[in-house]
Amino acid sequence: MVELSSNFLFTAFILYLVGILFFGGAIKDKRHADKKDSPNKWAKIGIVVTIAGFLSQLTFFVLRWIASGHAPVSNLFEFTTFFGMALVGAFIALYFMYKTPLLGLFTLPVAALIIAYGSMFPRDVTPLIPALQSYWLHIHVTTTAIGQAILAVSFAAGLIYLVKSVDQTKKSKSTLWLEVVLFGLISTLGFVFVSSFFAATDYQANFNYVNKEGQPATEKYTIPAVVGPHQFELTDKDRFEPLIETPAIISAKKLNTVIWSLASGIVLYVLLRAILRKRIAAALKPWTKNINLDLVDEIGYRSVLIGFPVFTLGGLIFAMIWAQIAWTRFWGWDPKEVWALITWLFYAAFLHLRLSKGWHGEKSAWLAVIGFIIIMFNLVAVNLVIAGLHSYAGS
Amino acid sequence: MNEIKCECGHVNPHGTILCESCGRVLEEKEKEKQLVDMRYEGSARRSQTYNKTIIDKIWNFFSSVKVGVWLIIILLVASSLGTIFPQEMYIPPLMPAGEYYQEQYGWLGKLYYDLGFHNLYSSWWYLLLIAALGISLIIASLDRVVPLYRSLTNQRVSRHESFLKRQRMFSVSNADLSGETVDKIKNLLTQKRYKIREENGNILAEKNRFSRWGPYVNHLGLVIFLLGGMLRFVPGMYVDEILWLREGETKAIPGTEGQYYLKNNAFIFEVYDKEKDDEVFQNAIDKVGTVVKNYQTDATLYKKQGDTVPGEKPELEKVRDQSIQVNKPLKIDGFALYQVDYKLDEMNKMAFKLENKKTGDQFGDVAVDLYDPEMNYDLGNGYKVEVMSYFPDFEFNEDGEPATKSRIPNNPAFIFKMFTPDKPEGEISFVAIRQTIEPMGDNDYKMIFNGVETKNVTALTVRKDLTLWLIGLGGLIFMIGVVQGAYWNHRRLWIRRVDSQIWTAAHTNKNWHGLKRELDTIFADSGIKAPEDQLSDDKKE
Repeated sequence: MVELSSNFLFTAFILYLVGILFFGGAIKDKRHADKKDSPNKWAKIGIVVTIAGFLSQLTFFVLRWIASGHAPVSNLFEFTTFFGMALVGAFIALYFMYKTPLLGLFTLPVAALIIAYGSMFPRDVTPLIPALQSYWLHIHVTTTAIGQAILAVSFAAGLIYLVKSVDQTKKSKSTLWLEVVLFGLISTLGFVFVSSFFAATDYQANFNYVNKEGQPATEKYTIPAVVGPHQFELTDKDRFEPLIETPAIISAKKLNTVIWSLASGIVLYVLLRAILRKRIAAALKPWTKNINLDLVDEIGYRSVLIGFPVFTLGGLIFAMIWAQIAWTRFWGWDPKEVWALITWLFYAAFLHLRLSKGWHGEKSAWLAVIGFIIIMFNLVAVNLVIAGLHSYAGS
Repeated sequence: MNEIKCECGHVNPHGTILCESCGRVLEEKEKEKQLVDMRYEGSARRSQTYNKTIIDKIWNFFSSVKVGVWLIIILLVASSLGTIFPQEMYIPPLMPAGEYYQEQYGWLGKLYYDLGFHNLYSSWWYLLLIAALGISLIIASLDRVVPLYRSLTNQRVSRHESFLKRQRMFSVSNADLSGETVDKIKNLLTQKRYKIREENGNILAEKNRFSRWGPYVNHLGLVIFLLGGMLRFVPGMYVDEILWLREGETKAIPGTEGQYYLKNNAFIFEVYDKEKDDEVFQNAIDKVGTVVKNYQTDATLYKKQGDTVPGEKPELEKVRDQSIQVNKPLKIDGFALYQVDYKLDEMNKMAFKLENKKTGDQFGDVAVDLYDPEMNYDLGNGYKVEVMSYFPDFEFNEDGEPATKSRIPNNPAFIFKMFTPDKPEGEISFVAIRQTIEPMGDNDYKMIFNGVETKNVTALTVRKDLTLWLIGLGGLIFMIGVVQGAYWNHRRLWIRRVDSQIWTAAHTNKNWHGLKRELDTIFADSGIKAPEDQLSDDKKE
């Protein structure tokens, strides 16, 4: 059943990619360029395909739930793919409010990227440790993910706004930072490519090394080690010999993965620039030609307005209730808790700046981008780098 | 106080920008603007009106949203600093914290410790920031909600032309409003749940005014939440104790003043089993090794009967049996006992035999309870063993003498005196795990080790938190407020006859797109133009 469910996830992933093509077609289709509200045929097929993908992923979710006996949100793979699904769900909801295919063109790639990223982590069905054995697992985790996903739609909207509004005829801070954000997405893609390639070729390199407690330990790399662990010794033959050795307090394997992601990101980025002969954002700009900036601004703001209460409920209130039951206290300054608080404070600041200081448009779009970076930081870095009570989510 | 009387006759408080009743612009500066500033309805906010005394200045400081946002940002950055390295409460208590940070994280760790970031969230300045934010929540809300309430209550149906034409959504139609059209529009508005008021043939349609109170309700919720947090410092509100309990042991539950006792019948530790547990977990278990399935204390709860003098053995009445697991605390009388820690196979009893070294003859059994050892063991026939000293957690101290590190029998050691018929004065032997020292020269007898009995120990956190209800109430009010403010919009539509024209204007506090769509459907085919966005033309490409 687990294998069957995985097929549904894969199908969903493919359908999202097909959906992107149709939404792209919807925008390029000149025959309906009269800008009237009703979406054209391409957009209609696009949303149908997206909904089909969403339902397929929902089937994956349900089947996996039945197979494992618990809500499949208990490890990084499961949580991340669920987050991707929630993002698609949030997009579908907002699509029916605003009927903008362009939002699909930006949201679906982000969602597909998130799902692909999550799929790079161990996909085994993991048994639940005692702390997770509670019905609050699915209540807290799913509500939080849905809240974050709705907030993430504002990132897609912010990106559209910036691609359209930032002046690409001359170099500026805005053009630079916009490229940095896009580079971040491209690096994630690089990570997916690199991980998939070496997983397909079954690459493995085992090391003996000395850990930070001074004890001998072993580490298994699944991608070639550019940086090796402290006082490493490669135990496999014919494997790439690391170029650099790291101090013991740094996790060499994770650093190695980051280096590979960035390097492959740079290769992809340079390649794209060479083909396009202009900034990535400049290449995207024509797609945003027909969109009304006010509308995009409104979509971004609306998704923050809708997502903020959901996130508060899941990420703070449900979290506190469960923490009181499982960990004896509703709040304990665990890194994940703190970063949930930071996310919440950030969006609170966003809303105040918007309401009272009139931060609309471009400023608001940048804030939406930063908010998404904080959410991603909480998902990726806090799980993998800053260890805490929540770090089981990484295994 | 000098009040402002508007031309329409309404008396406004000092500092009012737009007349509460008719909307005329009262402030000279405002008159030049293309659109009126509709935030807080142009009402007289204390912070915008007075700035003389020190109280005014404090009030104005904390009522500013700019200050509030800065407080949020500073709090946000400060909070993130505390996650760079683990907080002190999460580091292993093996050595002084200062040393730990330096050893683990080098000079950065030392700096972190020296700056006090290892206890950042209870530092005075962090608490001060939260307090400042709390004050800002109260003052900023009061500064706005009172005048806003006045304005919205005093607004009249016929707004002044200068007010209408300075609305973002505004249109003028050269048409007449027939009774039929009016009815149709009113009908549509009612369908969309607008409340309609009429005055001299002019219309004010309004809906969801309550959403304007959302921000103030959620701020109130936050203030209550913070008060709940402060309440913990009141004595008696909060208990945080730990109860270590060996299997078979009964102890008073700390914090309950001896009212309740708990017995640990058994501690159960289970891991997932590849053979027995669900097949789907096999791969994961293969990769990770062991995954814990259950921590459980099978406990019996007792209540003390009557009064006892200290030292007297209390009379206990059984309340109930319960298994305490992670996520399933035992609750009694406002207290909750949580499964938080354990120790498997702790030494409980140690057994010895007395042996004659030459003949190998053994005499009797000596079973020493490591928690409560008896001092004399009579083995009969003139054989006797006396425990001269007992070191539960044995080590040689700085002076090279035997000592104990703690009361927990992690490494028990004994000094025995063995009395036998042939050595009636006794021989002295020092016995620790895997070592025997005979300080007085060679003995004829020795104590030989004859097994150990172990027991599991459970650790339960005893918690009472009488602040939870207030914290929960704050959270609930916050959620209500934030949903109220975020999921509804306050919308108003004014329709007014001006000479032979029909003027329409509309306002919403957010989601202009939604308002536009709604107005378009309401005015469709009515012969009157729906209010148009006066801002949008210049932004479209």
